[in-house]
Amino acid sequence: MHTLSLAELSAGLKAKKFSSGELTRAYLQRIAKLDKQLNAYVTVAEERALKQAHAADARIAKSQAAALTGVPLAQKDIFCTNGVKTTCGSKMLANFIAPYSATVVQRCDDAGMVMLGKTNMDEFAMGSSNETSYFGPVRNPYDLNAVPGGSSGGSAAAVAARLAPVATGTDTGGSIRQPAALCNLTGLKPTYGRVSRYGMIAFASSLDQGGPMARSAEDVALMMNVIAGFDSKDSTSVDTPVPDYTAGLTKSLAGLRIGIPKEFFGQGLDSKVEQVIRDALKQYEQLGAKIKEISLPNSGLSVPTYYVVAPAECSSNLSRFDGVRYGYRCEQPVDLVDLYKRSRGEGFGAEVKRRIMIGTYALSSGYYDAYYLKAQKLRRLISDDFKNAYKEVDVIMGPTSPTVAFNLGEKTDDPVTMYLSDIYTIAVNLAGIPGMSIPVGFVGQRPVGLQLMGNYFDEARLLNIAHQYQQATDWHLRAPKGFE
Amino acid sequence: MSLSKADVEKIAHLARLAISEQDIELYSRNLSNILALVEEMNKVDTSNVLPMAHPLDTAQRLRDDVVSETNQRDTFQAIAPQVDCGLYLVPKVLE
Repeated sequence: MHTLSLAELSAGLKAKKFSSGELTRAYLQRIAKLDKQLNAYVTVAEERALKQAHAADARIAKSQAAALTGVPLAQKDIFCTNGVKTTCGSKMLANFIAPYSATVVQRCDDAGMVMLGKTNMDEFAMGSSNETSYFGPVRNPYDLNAVPGGSSGGSAAAVAARLAPVATGTDTGGSIRQPAALCNLTGLKPTYGRVSRYGMIAFASSLDQGGPMARSAEDVALMMNVIAGFDSKDSTSVDTPVPDYTAGLTKSLAGLRIGIPKEFFGQGLDSKVEQVIRDALKQYEQLGAKIKEISLPNSGLSVPTYYVVAPAECSSNLSRFDGVRYGYRCEQPVDLVDLYKRSRGEGFGAEVKRRIMIGTYALSSGYYDAYYLKAQKLRRLISDDFKNAYKEVDVIMGPTSPTVAFNLGEKTDDPVTMYLSDIYTIAVNLAGIPGMSIPVGFVGQRPVGLQLMGNYFDEARLLNIAHQYQQATDWHLRAPKGFE
Repeated sequence: MSLSKADVEKIAHLARLAISEQDIELYSRNLSNILALVEEMNKVDTSNVLPMAHPLDTAQRLRDDVVSETNQRDTFQAIAPQVDCGLYLVPKVLE
Protein backbone atom coordinates (compact mmCIF):
# COMPACT_ATOMS: atom_id res chain seq x y z
CA MET A 1 0.00 0.00 0.00
CA HIS A 2 2.92 2.35 0.66
CA THR A 3 3.92 2.19 -3.00
CA LEU A 4 0.57 3.50 -4.26
CA SER A 5 0.15 7.04 -5.58
CA LEU A 6 -2.44 9.45 -4.18
CA ALA A 7 -4.73 8.76 -7.13
CA GLU A 8 -4.41 4.98 -6.57
CA LEU A 9 -4.96 5.34 -2.82
CA SER A 10 -8.05 7.43 -3.41
CA ALA A 11 -9.45 4.89 -5.88
CA GLY A 12 -8.55 1.96 -3.63
CA LEU A 13 -10.31 3.52 -0.65
CA LYS A 14 -13.45 4.26 -2.63
CA ALA A 15 -13.48 0.73 -4.10
CA LYS A 16 -13.13 -0.62 -0.55
CA LYS A 17 -9.93 -2.49 -1.49
CA PHE A 18 -8.62 -1.32 1.88
CA SER A 19 -9.83 1.04 4.59
CA SER A 20 -8.26 4.26 5.76
CA GLY A 21 -7.76 2.53 9.12
CA GLU A 22 -5.72 -0.26 7.49
CA LEU A 23 -3.78 2.21 5.38
CA THR A 24 -3.01 4.46 8.36
CA ARG A 25 -1.89 1.52 10.52
CA ALA A 26 0.35 0.28 7.72
CA TYR A 27 2.07 3.69 7.52
CA LEU A 28 2.36 3.99 11.30
CA GLN A 29 4.02 0.56 11.41
CA ARG A 30 6.45 1.54 8.66
CA ILE A 31 7.32 4.72 10.53
CA ALA A 32 7.92 2.80 13.76
CA LYS A 33 10.17 0.36 11.94
CA LEU A 34 12.13 2.63 9.60
CA ASP A 35 12.14 6.23 10.81
CA LYS A 36 14.93 5.63 13.34
CA GLN A 37 17.30 5.47 10.37
CA LEU A 38 16.13 8.85 9.09
CA ASN A 39 14.75 10.96 11.98
CA ALA A 40 12.18 12.40 9.55
CA TYR A 41 9.40 12.73 12.15
CA VAL A 42 9.45 14.89 15.28
CA THR A 43 5.97 13.84 16.38
CA VAL A 44 3.94 10.81 15.31
CA ALA A 45 0.28 11.53 16.07
CA GLU A 46 -0.86 7.91 16.28
CA GLU A 47 -4.10 8.26 18.26
CA ARG A 48 -5.26 11.35 16.41
CA ALA A 49 -4.45 9.72 13.05
CA LEU A 50 -6.47 6.60 13.85
CA LYS A 51 -9.43 8.77 14.92
CA GLN A 52 -9.21 10.69 11.64
CA ALA A 53 -8.96 7.42 9.70
CA HIS A 54 -12.05 6.10 11.44
CA ALA A 55 -13.98 9.27 10.58
CA ALA A 56 -12.73 9.09 6.99
CA ASP A 57 -13.94 5.50 6.65
CA ALA A 58 -17.39 6.59 7.86
CA ARG A 59 -17.45 9.36 5.25
CA ILE A 60 -16.38 6.97 2.50
CA ALA A 61 -19.11 4.49 3.55
CA LYS A 62 -21.72 7.27 3.21
CA SER A 63 -20.31 8.24 -0.23
CA GLN A 64 -19.46 11.68 1.17
CA ALA A 65 -15.76 11.44 0.50
CA ALA A 66 -13.70 14.16 -1.17
CA ALA A 67 -10.84 13.24 -3.53
CA LEU A 68 -8.25 12.65 -0.79
CA THR A 69 -10.50 11.56 2.09
CA GLY A 70 -8.81 8.81 4.04
CA VAL A 71 -5.38 9.44 2.51
CA PRO A 72 -2.54 9.92 5.03
CA LEU A 73 -0.08 12.80 4.93
CA ALA A 74 2.71 14.34 6.98
CA GLN A 75 2.74 18.03 7.95
CA LYS A 76 5.97 20.00 8.21
CA ASP A 77 6.39 21.01 11.85
CA ILE A 78 6.12 24.70 10.89
CA PHE A 79 2.33 24.46 10.54
CA CYS A 80 0.37 24.99 13.74
CA THR A 81 -1.76 21.94 14.53
CA ASN A 82 -4.38 22.43 17.23
CA GLY A 83 -3.61 20.30 20.28
CA VAL A 84 -0.48 18.81 18.72
CA LYS A 85 3.11 19.84 19.43
CA THR A 86 4.41 22.33 16.87
CA THR A 87 8.14 22.75 17.35
CA CYS A 88 9.42 24.44 14.17
CA GLY A 89 12.57 22.33 14.73
CA SER A 90 13.51 24.52 17.69
CA LYS A 91 14.16 24.32 21.44
CA MET A 92 12.21 27.59 21.62
CA LEU A 93 9.01 25.70 20.73
CA ALA A 94 10.00 22.20 21.86
CA ASN A 95 6.94 21.94 24.11
CA PHE A 96 4.62 24.33 22.27
CA ILE A 97 1.18 22.82 21.81
CA ALA A 98 -0.51 24.98 19.21
CA PRO A 99 -3.92 26.35 20.30
CA TYR A 100 -5.18 26.55 16.73
CA SER A 101 -4.59 25.00 13.32
CA ALA A 102 -3.04 26.60 10.27
CA THR A 103 -5.40 27.06 7.32
CA VAL A 104 -3.36 24.51 5.32
CA VAL A 105 -3.86 21.97 8.13
CA GLN A 106 -7.55 22.82 8.49
CA ARG A 107 -8.12 22.31 4.76
CA CYS A 108 -6.39 18.90 4.88
CA ASP A 109 -8.47 17.96 7.96
CA ASP A 110 -11.70 19.16 6.29
CA ALA A 111 -10.86 17.14 3.18
CA GLY A 112 -10.73 14.07 5.44
CA MET A 113 -7.00 13.46 5.13
CA VAL A 114 -5.20 11.65 7.96
CA MET A 115 -2.22 13.40 9.59
CA LEU A 116 0.42 10.81 10.47
CA GLY A 117 2.62 13.33 12.25
CA LYS A 118 4.85 16.42 12.10
CA THR A 119 8.08 16.31 10.20
CA ASN A 120 11.56 17.45 11.17
CA MET A 121 13.00 20.61 9.64
CA ASP A 122 15.85 23.10 9.87
CA GLU A 123 15.22 25.34 12.88
CA PHE A 124 12.68 28.05 12.00
CA ALA A 125 13.09 27.03 8.34
CA MET A 126 16.63 28.39 8.23
CA GLY A 127 18.87 25.94 6.48
CA SER A 128 19.49 23.88 3.36
CA SER A 129 20.38 20.51 4.85
CA ASN A 130 18.13 19.81 7.87
CA GLU A 131 21.24 19.90 10.09
CA THR A 132 20.16 22.86 12.23
CA SER A 133 17.17 21.12 13.85
CA TYR A 134 17.14 20.98 17.66
CA PHE A 135 15.85 17.43 17.20
CA GLY A 136 18.90 16.23 15.29
CA PRO A 137 19.67 15.97 11.59
CA VAL A 138 17.58 14.06 9.08
CA ARG A 139 19.25 11.54 6.77
CA ASN A 140 18.67 11.10 3.05
CA PRO A 141 16.98 7.72 2.40
CA TYR A 142 18.93 7.44 -0.89
CA ASP A 143 22.22 7.58 1.02
CA LEU A 144 22.21 7.62 4.81
CA ASN A 145 25.54 9.51 4.91
CA ALA A 146 23.95 12.35 2.96
CA VAL A 147 21.66 15.23 3.86
CA PRO A 148 18.09 15.26 2.54
CA GLY A 149 18.29 19.00 1.89
CA GLY A 150 16.40 21.65 3.80
CA SER A 151 14.61 23.19 5.37
CA SER A 152 11.80 20.70 4.53
CA GLY A 153 14.21 17.76 4.96
CA GLY A 154 11.92 15.72 7.20
CA SER A 155 9.01 15.96 4.76
CA ALA A 156 11.32 15.04 1.87
CA ALA A 157 12.84 12.05 3.67
CA ALA A 158 9.42 10.83 4.83
CA VAL A 159 7.87 10.86 1.36
CA ALA A 160 10.99 9.46 -0.36
CA ALA A 161 11.16 6.59 2.13
CA ARG A 162 7.45 5.90 1.68
CA LEU A 163 6.73 6.84 5.30
CA ALA A 164 3.96 9.13 3.99
CA PRO A 165 2.44 9.32 0.50
CA VAL A 166 2.58 13.14 0.51
CA ALA A 167 3.77 15.90 2.80
CA THR A 168 3.59 19.65 3.12
CA GLY A 169 6.71 21.77 2.99
CA THR A 170 7.48 25.48 3.00
CA ASP A 171 9.81 27.41 0.74
CA THR A 172 11.41 30.78 1.47
CA GLY A 173 14.65 30.41 -0.53
CA GLY A 174 14.29 26.89 -1.91
CA SER A 175 13.19 24.81 1.05
CA ILE A 176 10.65 22.71 -0.88
CA ARG A 177 12.46 22.49 -4.20
CA GLN A 178 15.98 21.73 -3.00
CA PRO A 179 15.05 18.83 -0.66
CA ALA A 180 12.71 17.53 -3.39
CA ALA A 181 15.68 17.53 -5.79
CA LEU A 182 17.99 15.81 -3.30
CA CYS A 183 15.41 13.13 -2.46
CA ASN A 184 13.99 12.32 -5.91
CA LEU A 185 10.65 14.02 -5.32
CA THR A 186 8.28 16.39 -7.06
CA GLY A 187 7.85 19.56 -5.04
CA LEU A 188 6.03 22.80 -5.81
CA LYS A 189 6.47 26.27 -4.34
CA PRO A 190 3.28 28.06 -5.42
CA THR A 191 3.06 31.70 -6.48
CA TYR A 192 3.32 34.02 -3.49
CA GLY A 193 -0.20 34.44 -2.12
CA ARG A 194 -1.64 31.24 -3.64
CA VAL A 195 -1.55 29.18 -0.44
CA SER A 196 -2.53 30.66 2.92
CA ARG A 197 0.20 31.48 5.42
CA TYR A 198 -2.21 31.68 8.36
CA GLY A 199 -0.81 29.44 11.11
CA MET A 200 2.42 28.83 9.21
CA ILE A 201 5.16 30.06 11.55
CA ALA A 202 6.65 33.05 9.77
CA PHE A 203 10.31 33.25 8.73
CA ALA A 204 10.35 35.91 5.96
CA SER A 205 6.84 37.17 5.32
CA SER A 206 7.38 38.45 1.77
CA LEU A 207 9.04 35.19 0.65
CA ASP A 208 7.40 32.28 2.53
CA GLN A 209 5.02 29.91 0.72
CA GLY A 210 3.73 26.46 1.70
CA GLY A 211 3.32 23.71 -0.88
CA PRO A 212 3.12 19.96 -1.55
CA MET A 213 5.94 17.42 -1.80
CA ALA A 214 5.04 14.10 -3.36
CA ARG A 215 6.29 11.41 -5.75
CA SER A 216 4.61 12.73 -8.88
CA ALA A 217 3.18 15.87 -10.47
CA GLU A 218 -0.29 14.28 -10.44
CA ASP A 219 -0.04 13.78 -6.67
CA VAL A 220 1.13 17.39 -6.19
CA ALA A 221 -1.83 18.56 -8.31
CA LEU A 222 -4.30 16.60 -6.15
CA MET A 223 -2.79 18.16 -3.01
CA MET A 224 -2.89 21.67 -4.51
CA ASN A 225 -6.62 21.22 -5.05
CA VAL A 226 -6.92 20.77 -1.27
CA ILE A 227 -4.65 23.57 0.01
CA ALA A 228 -4.67 26.36 -2.58
CA GLY A 229 -7.05 29.28 -2.46
CA PHE A 230 -7.95 32.61 -0.92
CA ASP A 231 -8.00 32.86 2.89
CA SER A 232 -9.39 35.99 4.53
CA LYS A 233 -7.25 35.26 7.60
CA ASP A 234 -4.04 35.82 5.59
CA SER A 235 -3.70 39.46 4.58
CA THR A 236 -1.30 38.50 1.77
CA SER A 237 -3.59 35.82 0.34
CA VAL A 238 -4.62 36.49 -3.26
CA ASP A 239 -8.28 36.26 -4.25
CA THR A 240 -8.02 34.70 -7.70
CA PRO A 241 -9.91 31.56 -8.75
CA VAL A 242 -8.31 28.18 -8.13
CA PRO A 243 -8.34 25.91 -11.21
CA ASP A 244 -8.62 22.13 -10.96
CA TYR A 245 -4.89 21.46 -11.05
CA THR A 246 -5.45 17.93 -12.38
CA ALA A 247 -7.51 19.04 -15.40
CA GLY A 248 -4.73 20.06 -17.78
CA LEU A 249 -2.05 17.51 -16.86
CA THR A 250 -2.12 15.62 -20.15
CA LYS A 251 -2.04 18.55 -22.58
CA SER A 252 0.57 18.09 -25.29
CA LEU A 253 3.85 19.98 -24.92
CA ALA A 254 4.20 20.56 -28.67
CA GLY A 255 5.36 24.12 -29.24
CA LEU A 256 6.19 24.76 -25.58
CA ARG A 257 8.86 27.48 -25.37
CA ILE A 258 11.50 26.67 -22.73
CA GLY A 259 14.05 29.29 -21.65
CA ILE A 260 17.41 28.16 -20.28
CA PRO A 261 19.19 30.95 -18.37
CA LYS A 262 22.86 31.00 -19.29
CA GLU A 263 23.67 32.26 -15.78
CA PHE A 264 22.43 28.95 -14.32
CA PHE A 265 24.98 26.87 -16.24
CA GLY A 266 28.15 28.64 -15.23
CA GLN A 267 30.72 28.19 -12.54
CA GLY A 268 29.64 26.31 -9.47
CA LEU A 269 27.41 23.79 -11.26
CA ASP A 270 28.73 20.24 -10.87
CA SER A 271 29.55 18.86 -14.35
CA LYS A 272 27.85 15.50 -13.72
CA VAL A 273 24.67 17.28 -12.55
CA GLU A 274 24.85 19.45 -15.66
CA GLN A 275 24.97 16.35 -17.88
CA VAL A 276 21.83 14.90 -16.27
CA ILE A 277 20.04 18.25 -16.68
CA ARG A 278 21.01 18.53 -20.36
CA ASP A 279 19.72 14.98 -20.95
CA ALA A 280 16.41 15.98 -19.36
CA LEU A 281 16.19 19.00 -21.66
CA LYS A 282 16.75 16.72 -24.69
CA GLN A 283 13.80 14.66 -23.45
CA TYR A 284 11.68 17.82 -23.45
CA GLU A 285 12.70 18.47 -27.05
CA GLN A 286 11.48 14.98 -27.89
CA LEU A 287 8.16 15.92 -26.28
CA GLY A 288 7.88 18.79 -28.76
CA ALA A 289 9.31 21.70 -26.81
CA LYS A 290 11.58 24.37 -28.25
CA ILE A 291 14.57 25.37 -26.17
CA LYS A 292 16.06 28.84 -26.24
CA GLU A 293 18.92 30.37 -24.29
CA ILE A 294 17.85 33.40 -22.24
CA SER A 295 19.51 35.70 -19.78
CA LEU A 296 18.54 36.65 -16.23
CA PRO A 297 21.28 39.26 -15.90
CA ASN A 298 20.68 40.20 -12.26
CA SER A 299 20.20 36.63 -10.97
CA GLY A 300 23.82 36.51 -9.73
CA LEU A 301 22.81 38.98 -7.04
CA SER A 302 20.00 36.77 -5.72
CA VAL A 303 22.01 35.27 -2.88
CA PRO A 304 23.36 38.57 -1.46
CA THR A 305 19.93 40.19 -1.85
CA TYR A 306 18.20 37.29 -0.13
CA TYR A 307 20.69 37.28 2.73
CA VAL A 308 19.63 40.81 3.56
CA VAL A 309 15.88 40.56 2.94
CA ALA A 310 15.25 37.21 4.63
CA PRO A 311 17.29 37.85 7.80
CA ALA A 312 15.79 41.36 8.10
CA GLU A 313 12.27 39.96 7.94
CA CYS A 314 13.16 37.07 10.25
CA SER A 315 14.61 39.42 12.86
CA SER A 316 11.22 41.08 12.99
CA ASN A 317 9.17 37.87 12.89
CA LEU A 318 11.18 36.12 15.58
CA SER A 319 11.00 39.03 18.02
CA ARG A 320 7.70 37.55 19.24
CA PHE A 321 9.68 34.72 20.90
CA ASP A 322 10.43 36.45 24.16
CA GLY A 323 9.70 33.90 26.88
CA VAL A 324 6.60 35.81 28.00
CA ARG A 325 3.49 34.35 26.41
CA TYR A 326 4.54 30.95 25.03
CA GLY A 327 7.63 28.96 24.21
CA TYR A 328 10.89 28.55 26.10
CA ARG A 329 11.58 30.69 29.17
CA CYS A 330 15.00 30.72 30.86
CA GLU A 331 15.39 29.77 34.53
CA GLN A 332 15.36 32.50 37.22
CA PRO A 333 15.45 35.67 35.12
CA VAL A 334 16.75 38.59 37.20
CA ASP A 335 14.94 41.30 35.22
CA LEU A 336 12.94 41.71 32.01
CA VAL A 337 15.95 42.24 29.72
CA ASP A 338 17.62 39.15 31.20
CA LEU A 339 14.38 37.22 30.57
CA TYR A 340 14.39 38.24 26.91
CA LYS A 341 18.12 37.75 26.31
CA ARG A 342 18.54 34.36 27.95
CA SER A 343 15.22 32.91 26.78
CA ARG A 344 16.19 33.83 23.23
CA GLY A 345 19.91 33.11 23.61
CA GLU A 346 19.22 29.65 25.05
CA GLY A 347 16.10 28.88 22.99
CA PHE A 348 17.51 29.65 19.54
CA GLY A 349 20.28 27.73 17.77
CA ALA A 350 23.37 29.32 16.18
CA GLU A 351 22.07 29.71 12.62
CA VAL A 352 18.88 31.39 13.82
CA LYS A 353 20.89 33.76 16.00
CA ARG A 354 23.23 34.57 13.10
CA ARG A 355 20.32 35.47 10.85
CA ILE A 356 18.54 37.51 13.51
CA MET A 357 21.74 39.47 14.04
CA ILE A 358 22.37 40.08 10.33
CA GLY A 359 18.78 41.23 10.00
CA THR A 360 18.99 43.47 13.04
CA TYR A 361 22.19 45.03 11.69
CA ALA A 362 20.70 45.55 8.21
CA LEU A 363 17.66 47.32 9.63
CA SER A 364 19.47 49.34 12.27
CA SER A 365 19.82 53.09 12.23
CA GLY A 366 22.39 54.21 9.68
CA TYR A 367 22.40 50.93 7.76
CA TYR A 368 18.79 50.61 6.53
CA ASP A 369 19.42 52.40 3.20
CA ALA A 370 22.70 50.64 2.47
CA TYR A 371 21.33 47.18 3.12
CA TYR A 372 17.56 46.65 3.24
CA LEU A 373 16.54 49.40 0.83
CA LYS A 374 19.33 48.45 -1.59
CA ALA A 375 18.22 44.81 -1.42
CA GLN A 376 14.63 45.80 -2.22
CA LYS A 377 15.81 47.65 -5.32
CA LEU A 378 17.81 44.61 -6.47
CA ARG A 379 14.73 42.53 -5.82
CA ARG A 380 12.83 44.65 -8.37
CA LEU A 381 15.62 44.14 -10.96
CA ILE A 382 15.64 40.37 -10.37
CA SER A 383 11.83 40.18 -10.71
CA ASP A 384 11.87 42.31 -13.86
CA ASP A 385 14.35 39.88 -15.46
CA PHE A 386 11.71 37.12 -15.10
CA LYS A 387 8.89 39.36 -16.38
CA ASN A 388 10.96 40.16 -19.45
CA ALA A 389 11.85 36.51 -20.01
CA TYR A 390 8.18 35.46 -19.98
CA LYS A 391 7.56 37.70 -22.98
CA GLU A 392 9.66 35.21 -25.00
CA VAL A 393 9.21 31.85 -23.26
CA ASP A 394 6.50 29.91 -21.41
CA VAL A 395 8.67 28.29 -18.76
CA ILE A 396 12.24 28.61 -17.54
CA MET A 397 14.30 25.53 -16.65
CA GLY A 398 17.61 24.75 -15.04
CA PRO A 399 19.21 22.72 -12.26
CA THR A 400 17.50 23.00 -8.86
CA SER A 401 20.74 22.52 -6.94
CA PRO A 402 24.37 22.99 -8.03
CA THR A 403 25.26 19.57 -6.61
CA VAL A 404 23.56 16.36 -5.55
CA ALA A 405 23.08 15.74 -1.82
CA PHE A 406 26.28 16.47 0.11
CA ASN A 407 27.47 14.55 3.16
CA LEU A 408 26.29 15.39 6.67
CA GLY A 409 28.74 17.82 8.24
CA GLU A 410 30.34 18.76 4.91
CA LYS A 411 29.08 22.36 4.73
CA THR A 412 28.42 23.21 8.36
CA ASP A 413 31.72 25.01 9.09
CA ASP A 414 31.07 28.12 7.02
CA PRO A 415 27.52 29.46 6.73
CA VAL A 416 28.27 31.10 3.37
CA THR A 417 29.16 27.73 1.78
CA MET A 418 25.76 26.43 2.84
CA TYR A 419 24.00 29.56 1.54
CA LEU A 420 25.36 28.95 -1.97
CA SER A 421 23.30 25.70 -2.17
CA ASP A 422 20.31 27.94 -2.86
CA ILE A 423 21.89 29.76 -5.78
CA TYR A 424 19.28 28.66 -8.35
CA THR A 425 16.18 28.63 -6.19
CA ILE A 426 16.32 31.98 -4.40
CA ALA A 427 15.47 34.28 -7.34
CA VAL A 428 12.09 32.54 -7.62
CA ASN A 429 11.13 33.54 -4.06
CA LEU A 430 12.36 37.11 -4.57
CA ALA A 431 10.17 37.43 -7.66
CA GLY A 432 7.23 35.54 -6.10
CA ILE A 433 6.76 33.30 -9.14
CA PRO A 434 5.96 29.57 -8.82
CA GLY A 435 8.73 26.98 -8.97
CA MET A 436 8.90 23.18 -9.06
CA SER A 437 11.58 20.53 -8.89
CA ILE A 438 11.16 17.16 -10.59
CA PRO A 439 13.41 14.06 -10.60
CA VAL A 440 15.47 13.68 -13.79
CA GLY A 441 18.23 11.20 -12.95
CA PHE A 442 21.06 10.32 -10.61
CA VAL A 443 24.74 10.84 -10.02
CA GLY A 444 25.72 7.60 -8.36
CA GLN A 445 23.02 6.91 -5.76
CA ARG A 446 22.10 10.57 -5.31
CA PRO A 447 19.16 12.13 -7.20
CA VAL A 448 19.21 15.16 -9.48
CA GLY A 449 16.32 17.61 -9.77
CA LEU A 450 15.29 19.83 -12.68
CA GLN A 451 13.78 23.16 -11.70
CA LEU A 452 10.75 24.48 -13.59
CA MET A 453 10.01 28.19 -13.09
CA GLY A 454 6.68 29.59 -14.23
CA ASN A 455 4.90 32.89 -14.66
CA TYR A 456 2.69 34.18 -11.85
CA PHE A 457 -0.22 31.82 -11.07
CA ASP A 458 0.84 29.39 -13.83
CA GLU A 459 1.03 26.33 -11.51
CA ALA A 460 -1.37 24.31 -13.68
CA ARG A 461 0.95 24.69 -16.67
CA LEU A 462 4.01 23.76 -14.60
CA LEU A 463 2.24 20.63 -13.38
CA ASN A 464 1.34 19.72 -16.98
CA ILE A 465 4.96 20.22 -18.06
CA ALA A 466 6.14 17.99 -15.19
CA HIS A 467 3.45 15.36 -15.73
CA GLN A 468 4.19 14.87 -19.42
CA TYR A 469 7.89 14.31 -18.64
CA GLN A 470 6.84 11.75 -16.00
CA GLN A 471 4.74 9.90 -18.56
CA ALA A 472 7.83 9.49 -20.77
CA THR A 473 10.39 8.65 -18.05
CA ASP A 474 10.47 6.73 -14.77
CA TRP A 475 12.99 8.56 -12.56
CA HIS A 476 10.17 9.64 -10.25
CA LEU A 477 9.18 6.00 -9.66
CA ARG A 478 12.60 4.98 -8.26
CA ALA A 479 12.75 4.07 -4.59
CA PRO A 480 15.71 4.20 -2.20
CA LYS A 481 17.28 0.85 -1.26
CA GLY A 482 15.84 -0.51 1.96
CA PHE A 483 12.73 1.66 1.76
CA GLU A 484 11.02 0.18 -1.32
CA MET B 1 32.53 45.00 6.16
CA SER B 2 34.20 43.55 9.21
CA LEU B 3 32.40 43.48 12.54
CA SER B 4 34.29 44.05 15.77
CA LYS B 5 33.54 42.47 19.12
CA ALA B 6 31.85 45.72 20.18
CA ASP B 7 29.68 45.72 17.03
CA VAL B 8 28.51 42.17 17.75
CA GLU B 9 27.74 43.02 21.36
CA LYS B 10 25.67 46.03 20.27
CA ILE B 11 23.73 44.01 17.68
CA ALA B 12 23.11 41.20 20.17
CA HIS B 13 21.75 43.73 22.64
CA LEU B 14 19.40 45.26 20.02
CA ALA B 15 18.19 41.76 19.16
CA ARG B 16 17.89 40.83 22.85
CA LEU B 17 20.12 37.79 22.41
CA ALA B 18 22.52 36.60 25.12
CA ILE B 19 25.81 35.60 23.47
CA SER B 20 28.56 34.11 25.64
CA GLU B 21 32.04 35.65 25.71
CA GLN B 22 33.58 32.63 23.90
CA ASP B 23 30.98 32.79 21.14
CA ILE B 24 31.37 36.49 20.33
CA GLU B 25 34.59 35.84 18.38
CA LEU B 26 32.95 33.12 16.27
CA TYR B 27 29.84 35.21 15.57
CA SER B 28 32.02 38.16 14.65
CA ARG B 29 33.79 36.05 12.01
CA ASN B 30 30.60 34.42 10.68
CA LEU B 31 28.73 37.71 10.46
CA SER B 32 31.67 39.44 8.78
CA ASN B 33 31.78 36.68 6.13
CA ILE B 34 28.06 37.03 5.52
CA LEU B 35 28.41 40.80 5.18
CA ALA B 36 31.27 40.26 2.70
CA LEU B 37 28.82 38.16 0.62
CA VAL B 38 26.22 40.90 0.90
CA GLU B 39 28.68 43.62 -0.24
CA GLU B 40 28.25 42.15 -3.77
CA MET B 41 24.99 44.15 -3.92
CA ASN B 42 27.05 47.31 -4.47
CA LYS B 43 28.20 46.06 -7.89
CA VAL B 44 24.94 47.29 -9.43
CA ASP B 45 23.78 50.86 -9.78
CA THR B 46 20.21 51.06 -8.49
CA SER B 47 19.83 54.85 -8.31
CA ASN B 48 16.78 54.86 -10.58
CA VAL B 49 15.12 51.70 -9.31
CA LEU B 50 11.99 51.61 -7.13
CA PRO B 51 12.29 49.34 -4.11
CA MET B 52 10.10 46.23 -4.15
CA ALA B 53 8.72 45.20 -0.78
CA HIS B 54 6.26 42.62 -1.98
CA PRO B 55 6.10 40.25 -4.98
CA LEU B 56 2.64 41.31 -6.11
CA ASP B 57 1.30 44.81 -6.63
CA THR B 58 -1.59 44.61 -4.21
CA ALA B 59 -3.02 47.02 -1.68
CA GLN B 60 -3.74 45.98 1.89
CA ARG B 61 -7.19 44.43 2.02
CA LEU B 62 -9.50 46.07 4.52
CA ARG B 63 -12.46 44.61 6.36
CA ASP B 64 -15.50 46.11 8.03
CA ASP B 65 -14.95 47.35 11.57
CA VAL B 66 -17.11 44.71 13.26
CA VAL B 67 -16.16 42.26 15.99
CA SER B 68 -15.49 38.85 14.46
CA GLU B 69 -13.16 37.14 16.94
CA THR B 70 -14.14 35.49 20.23
CA ASN B 71 -12.24 35.85 23.49
CA GLN B 72 -9.96 32.82 23.82
CA ARG B 73 -7.67 34.14 26.56
CA ASP B 74 -7.92 31.00 28.71
CA THR B 75 -7.01 28.73 25.80
CA PHE B 76 -4.03 30.88 24.85
CA GLN B 77 -2.86 31.34 28.43
CA ALA B 78 -3.00 27.60 29.14
CA ILE B 79 0.36 27.29 27.42
CA ALA B 80 2.00 30.38 28.97
CA PRO B 81 5.09 30.02 31.17
CA GLN B 82 3.57 31.97 34.08
CA VAL B 83 0.14 33.54 34.40
CA ASP B 84 -2.05 34.82 37.24
CA CYS B 85 -5.54 36.36 37.12
CA GLY B 86 -5.39 36.54 33.33
CA LEU B 87 -2.07 38.40 33.37
CA TYR B 88 1.29 37.18 32.02
CA LEU B 89 3.91 37.31 34.78
CA VAL B 90 7.41 38.69 34.17
CA PRO B 91 10.19 39.98 36.47
CA LYS B 92 9.51 43.40 37.95
CA VAL B 93 10.02 46.23 35.45
CA LEU B 94 9.54 49.28 37.69
CA GLU B 95 11.03 49.70 41.11
